[in-house]
Amino acid sequence: MAKLVTLTIDGITVQVPPGTNVVDAAKKAGIDIPVFCYHPKMEPVGMCRMCLVEIGRPVVDRATGELVRADDGSVKIQFSPKLETACTTPVSEGMVVINTSQKVKDGREDILEFLLTSHPLDCPVCDKGGECPLQNLTMEFGSGQSRYIYDEKMHSAKHVPLGDLIYLDRERCIQCARCVRFQDQIVDDPVIGFYNRGRALEIVTYSEPGFDSIFSGNTTDICPVGALTTADFRFGARPWELNAAASICTQCPVGCNLTINVRREAISQGRMAIKRIMPRQNEWVNEIWICDKGRFGYHYVESEERLDQPLVRKDGKLTPVSWDEAINLVSMRFKQAGSNLLTLVSGRLSNEDLYNIRKLTDSLNGKSALYTQMGGGDVVAQVGMSTGSNLANLGKGDVILVIATDLHQEAPIWWLRVKQATERGAQLIVANARSTRLDRYAKYPIRYAYGEQNNLIAALVQLIDPQKFVDAKAIKHLSEQSIIKDTAEALKAAQNLVIFFGNEGSGVADSQVLAQTCAILLATTNHAGKPNNGLIPVWQRANDQGAWDMGWRPPTDLSTSIKEANALYIVACDPAGDDPRLSLTPDFLVVQDLYLTPTAKLADVVLPALPFTEREGSLTSGERRVQRYYPAIPGRTGALADFAIAAQIAKACGITLEERSAAKVMDAIARENADYAAISYTELANVEEQWPIIGRADLYYGGTSYENKQGLGMQLQNAVQKGEPFQISLPELVEQSGEGLLAVPITRLYDRGNTLIPSQLLRTHLVSTVMWINAKEAKQQGVEEHDVVQIECGETSALVTVELEDAVPDGVVLVPRSVGIPISEPCRVRLHITERV
Amino acid sequence: MMLDDLARGLATTLKMMFEKPVTIQYPEEKRRVRTRFKGRHHLQRYENGLEKCIGCSLCAAACPADAIFVEAAENTDEERYSPGERYARVYEINMLRCIFCGYCQDACPTEAIVLGDNYELSFTDRRQAIYTKEMLLDPVPPGGQPTPQRTPSGVYTRSVPVMKDPSD
Ligand code: SF4
Ligand code: SF4
Ligand code: SF4
Ligand code: SF4
Ligand code: FES
Repeated sequence: MAKLVTLTIDGITVQVPPGTNVVDAAKKAGIDIPVFCYHPKMEPVGMCRMCLVEIGRPVVDRATGELVRADDGSVKIQFSPKLETACTTPVSEGMVVINTSQKVKDGREDILEFLLTSHPLDCPVCDKGGECPLQNLTMEFGSGQSRYIYDEKMHSAKHVPLGDLIYLDRERCIQCARCVRFQDQIVDDPVIGFYNRGRALEIVTYSEPGFDSIFSGNTTDICPVGALTTADFRFGARPWELNAAASICTQCPVGCNLTINVRREAISQGRMAIKRIMPRQNEWVNEIWICDKGRFGYHYVESEERLDQPLVRKDGKLTPVSWDEAINLVSMRFKQAGSNLLTLVSGRLSNEDLYNIRKLTDSLNGKSALYTQMGGGDVVAQVGMSTGSNLANLGKGDVILVIATDLHQEAPIWWLRVKQATERGAQLIVANARSTRLDRYAKYPIRYAYGEQNNLIAALVQLIDPQKFVDAKAIKHLSEQSIIKDTAEALKAAQNLVIFFGNEGSGVADSQVLAQTCAILLATTNHAGKPNNGLIPVWQRANDQGAWDMGWRPPTDLSTSIKEANALYIVACDPAGDDPRLSLTPDFLVVQDLYLTPTAKLADVVLPALPFTEREGSLTSGERRVQRYYPAIPGRTGALADFAIAAQIAKACGITLEERSAAKVMDAIARENADYAAISYTELANVEEQWPIIGRADLYYGGTSYENKQGLGMQLQNAVQKGEPFQISLPELVEQSGEGLLAVPITRLYDRGNTLIPSQLLRTHLVSTVMWINAKEAKQQGVEEHDVVQIECGETSALVTVELEDAVPDGVVLVPRSVGIPISEPCRVRLHITERV
Repeated sequence: MMLDDLARGLATTLKMMFEKPVTIQYPEEKRRVRTRFKGRHHLQRYENGLEKCIGCSLCAAACPADAIFVEAAENTDEERYSPGERYARVYEINMLRCIFCGYCQDACPTEAIVLGDNYELSFTDRRQAIYTKEMLLDPVPPGGQPTPQRTPSGVYTRSVPVMKDPSD
């Protein structure tokens, strides 16, 4: 570790690493230096001058290089005649900083007066009022009087929708450029910028549609004034009226920590209502950021369409009944079905739900199946991210491999953290059949044909360890490519290795093999089981990993399993909606969900469940971090948490399951599941001090992201770390085969899942039923842009609109997942034009 | 001795019979309140009928009795309640909680809420004690329009009336 620098700030001696700036050094000593433009996550720019302090440095005799001492022997300190900006000044040995003198206070008062020359002072109506750095600092340092009369103020537009999610009030902007720098430096979406100069300077958006970035909401957190506000919180409430509940985002496997702000609301008949979603700091997971899907996608929980009483089919119609009646019917029929019961769940559920439902099914001798399009969770349990891992630790000498996934669309915050790792010097390998947003940071962007992902990893393994995959014909043409050879060298030399794998271009079985080959790669390069190393699955749902850990597995053939079952218990998934042709006609169908989904419409019994905002639970992220969420608002009457419903059915069947609280279910999990043995709700609530320190009274420093007081969660140990033997054998490799046009489903951030469609705000962002094809291939297939074509995959087909996209490889069309196109795995297709505009 | 006392008492009684009575025959007769009396609140309007209240909740924040509930929403030129962008969609005062301290009036940046003269607050049901925005709002002044109004764009852009003299 480099030698620490010692300095004094307001008489307090601080030791910090060299290169630290004075603001951060002071923060470490518990002293707040006010800032506007500086933000601990961004490079200082020194634009606002709010951080002025007096700085003195020891006087050095030029001739001797010795410190000059006063008569009493103390080191002579020379103060610079003017105030200096603390944010742009790095610390130096013996420095003396004064943050509280009258001179400093006068300087701040003057700066604030400048900032307020054109400020509209509409704090009473401003959404930031109450948590506004400018307001707070003016109260602390500002003058009580203004020397500017109203007519001298600049007047600008107060209602500028930058996009449909973010609104700008130009008068309130203090030109700190935090938003511009965030978009540019942090998320590399430079879609907003400064226009004009001086007092006429304004923020504009360059993109079409406006502010086209999936991270846009974060700018409202770090804007030190109310210039940027979100569409859904606009005038919704004053910050001091809100209550806060800790939660976890359930939209993707990253598991970002959230704070849900709630308030009792008259227009909701006096019920508690969610007013906004804010990030909660977890430097292990999401730092202080979240993506717009997490921030704006929650509105589905407010939908009026939500179910609030059990329904039973009577005379062909779903009729409301009491819980007792529904539970009795369900338990009776489940008992009758016995081993002919099939339970189908998705990773949208919490660990506690998945455990209880699994227990119920097992006790009845039923079969259980996970509704997913991706495999490999058991492999992740062996070589996933190890305890103590943090993507933020990756840097120089480390390698990240991303294969068969588009992280920007599938797990935005992982994309961000991988990008940042490359900025710290990590080498990135991005392997996919098409180019993705991550390619621009990749040292080794590798292209393969869809279906070859397993062979590519095998080729890398073979180059590193020639004993493995000997004579495999399928990989020969890959291992001969020089970029792949170079990649193998880089992998060999890696200090730490993290591999992200997805299911783009593969189905369940194929992605299972991909997980295995990736695990073998980790083992071959000797990276398995070490902190900051491991395999990260880019699941479709937030808790797919938890589902695997709770023993759920995808069935080999879902439609056969469904056909064979007498009774079906479908929880938190909508197979009929995803594939309308799936025949769901068992003797008895029970659907447990939030809405009357297409699947629920076919059901004999529908059981209403509670969404994550109205109950407790825990989720296991792709990095195998178990995190708990808390109830933000009381549950709607009539609906119950999934684990409690399962426990009630169990009780009626004579089986005892924990139904009182999620915490108790977690205790049962911990008793039974060795991986979760150390987990309890108390442990999950542990916190430690994080850097940068944000979310305290000094909102000017880190923004309005919340401090984490409710738990950082716990990362599970993987099998290799625990010293268990590595049990993954080399899979058989298959050569790519097949003729004709290949349709590949890909995941888009704003898909049409049941948990996104009800969000009015994101309506225009949702991907529609399209098909992407490159211009050359389109010509070959005889289709043109905007054509409506029938895309036929075996027995199923769907109508899609053609969109041209250069990144799509030849011989391939891409279709979005979860928009009702019944193509869940790559499939050879035929196209028929039905409409040309 | 005793007779003397009795006579003095009767004399007072006799004297009072010819003095002006202090009793007020409420409710037939009502006494005028003092200028600084703080009675039931009003929400005021501008001359053109727009509501002064901008839904800022500062009154609710200042209220020591937690008697005020405000829920804001956004104005548009098609449907405008108050100048500027924000108005009170819901404004309620619970008169059973209110201690008539007048802090709300002090806190209000637009002088929308004022405590009036009315002290005749009685209820037979606790719900009646909650005064809604409709009950608190002053009637539309002559020449003004009721809210919501359709207004030309770019005119009512300021929520808080312009401060002409900054030293004021
Ligand atoms: S909009 Fe906010 S963050 Fe952006 S420059 Fe203005 S004050 Fe700074
Ligand atoms: S990155 Fe994923 S977990 Fe984080 S906010 Fe976005 S959708 Fe939610
Ligand atoms: S008068 Fe005082 S107690 Fe009554 S509503 Fe106003 S602030 Fe509250
Ligand atoms: S009455 Fe005044 S203080 Fe209260 S919400 Fe309305 S404008 Fe704000
Ligand atoms: S100049 Fe230092 S915080 Fe802006």
